[in-house]
Amino acid sequence: MTATAEQTPLLEVRGVSKFFGNVIALKDISLGVKAGEVTCVLGDNGAGKSSFIKILAGVHQHDEGQFLVEGDEVRFKSPREARERGIATVFQDLATVPLMSVWRNFFLGSEPTVGKGPVKRIDVKQAQGVMRDEMRKMGIDVRDPDQPVGTLSGGERQAVSIARAVYFGAKVLILDEPTSALGVKQSGVVLRYVVQARDRGLGVIFITHNPHHAYPVGDRFVVLNRGKLLGDWRKGEIGRDELVKMMSGGAELDQLTHELERQLDAAEAG
Amino acid sequence: MTEAIGGGSSAAAAPAGAPPTPEPVADERLANISLWVRLLRRPEVGSLLGALVICAFFWLNTDSFGTLSGIANWTDVASTLGIMAVAVALLMIGGEFDLSAGVMTGTTGLLLGLLTTEWGFSMWPAIVVTFAFAALVGFINGYMVIKTKLPSFIVTLATFFVFQGLNLGVTKAVTDTVRVAGLGDVPGYDSASKVFSNTFWSPHNFRLSVVWWIVIAAIATWVLARTRAGNWIFAVGGDANAARNVGVPVARVKIALFMTTAMAAALVGIMIALRLASVQAGQGVGEEFTYIIAAVVGGCLLTGGYGSAIGASLGALIVGMAFIGIQFSGWNTDWRFLFLGVILLLAVLVNNLVRHRAEGARR
Repeated sequence: MTATAEQTPLLEVRGVSKFFGNVIALKDISLGVKAGEVTCVLGDNGAGKSSFIKILAGVHQHDEGQFLVEGDEVRFKSPREARERGIATVFQDLATVPLMSVWRNFFLGSEPTVGKGPVKRIDVKQAQGVMRDEMRKMGIDVRDPDQPVGTLSGGERQAVSIARAVYFGAKVLILDEPTSALGVKQSGVVLRYVVQARDRGLGVIFITHNPHHAYPVGDRFVVLNRGKLLGDWRKGEIGRDELVKMMSGGAELDQLTHELERQLDAAEAG
Repeated sequence: MTEAIGGGSSAAAAPAGAPPTPEPVADERLANISLWVRLLRRPEVGSLLGALVICAFFWLNTDSFGTLSGIANWTDVASTLGIMAVAVALLMIGGEFDLSAGVMTGTTGLLLGLLTTEWGFSMWPAIVVTFAFAALVGFINGYMVIKTKLPSFIVTLATFFVFQGLNLGVTKAVTDTVRVAGLGDVPGYDSASKVFSNTFWSPHNFRLSVVWWIVIAAIATWVLARTRAGNWIFAVGGDANAARNVGVPVARVKIALFMTTAMAAALVGIMIALRLASVQAGQGVGEEFTYIIAAVVGGCLLTGGYGSAIGASLGALIVGMAFIGIQFSGWNTDWRFLFLGVILLLAVLVNNLVRHRAEGARR
């Protein structure tokens, strides 16, 4: 990996807060994402993960604090604006159209065209070729470009979205729970893609509630809890077990384990 | 670095490869895509087989079905149906319905009739106004569907009844009858007929509408398969959220489809008005379901995102052949409804199978 310590973060938030009415969804979050790094954002349900990525993706706007992309302060009004600045978000289930072929999905919304005026048409050959090349770089050989995306496995579908984001010039790739709907094997495959994207120089933000998925690929771990930043560690600074504890609010999990054990003991005794 | 991947050796069935330079591994499950599979993947296969069977049946069982005049007869029925079925198919692929499509052929015909016979327009300006009116109605349909987020089924059902009422009410109020007649005397009628409604190749007398139909089906097929607009139509019907997330203007695409459907209805309404030189106030009511049936028989999914213009045309052809074939066979023409019901049921069953195959064999 290249030395990335001194460069400007691709994306940075400083003291960002978000309110929905009188509900504080996020309070005072700071985070920087550098090229060639995987930043894992962990948190239980309701921790504020989705509000956070929605701000980064341009779906919501922050109410307080600063949001910088490559050093410039920004305020995205739409996901399109975020995309134009190189921030691509792969939403968990909303990434591809199952009945459409792989190449159509790959270029959806940004189709390459030839010809002018009324005969302007999609350059199918080029689109199929590029799709194959890009998928090959992810380690997937698409033999039949007309194959509907719905017939791909869950992991491969994530790969299509990731490859698409990379091809269209994403500098920051935000993956929203890419492994949560997948089995063990498929999750492994997706983690591989995360690493590949990182090695191609992207800054990756990997949102998950599964520390076992985050730990092997992450360079940096950020834990959210109830809308607040609970901690921010580099890889060597925290162990997997500690991470699990932090995510669930530490003491609470100990308490729960304790209670459950007592109940089990009681059941056995009775 | 390879350690960084969770469960390192777990990728036996998945594409393998170390991160820096992954080696693509051929997926043996995709190895051979036979011509047969490719064919079955097309939405229009079922309707093509159906069309061949029905054509053969009536060709062998009646004397006139296979003659040129006979063919002129059933292609005529199929043509106006087909123009509508193609437009309705595009709309259905885009994930919406238009129940007002049938009554719009009447509304636009009546508008043309009233403009020319009652309100002093000559034919060509009236045609322009009629198309513009249809575009507006389509826009309103689409806009209401987008803004209210209600199912288009309900929104256009409302438009359907509004126009059914208007057609009768306005026609009676203006003409004191339930028809608008006398279009034949309007200046420009002859030249307009030459474009929209005359026949060619006497003595068999094929209708010009057949040519319109073929051209429209060809354009629609090209648009769907080869243009960005086509890609977007499939996407908004297949998964509107996914489409929106990658920057497809979902609202614009859907509204444009409603406008296309309404303008296709205007084209058919104008054709019928010119052909008969008069328009009945009840024209087109009930036809909307025939269009939807033709589109579904042609492979369109009711849930959107899948279908074809050729399929819809073949569906229209099946309906046209059956209507005329039943007549030629000397059977009571009421049987055609039974026929429509049966082919619709068969088609949705087949479509369901196709979709399961395409959509999620390996979730």
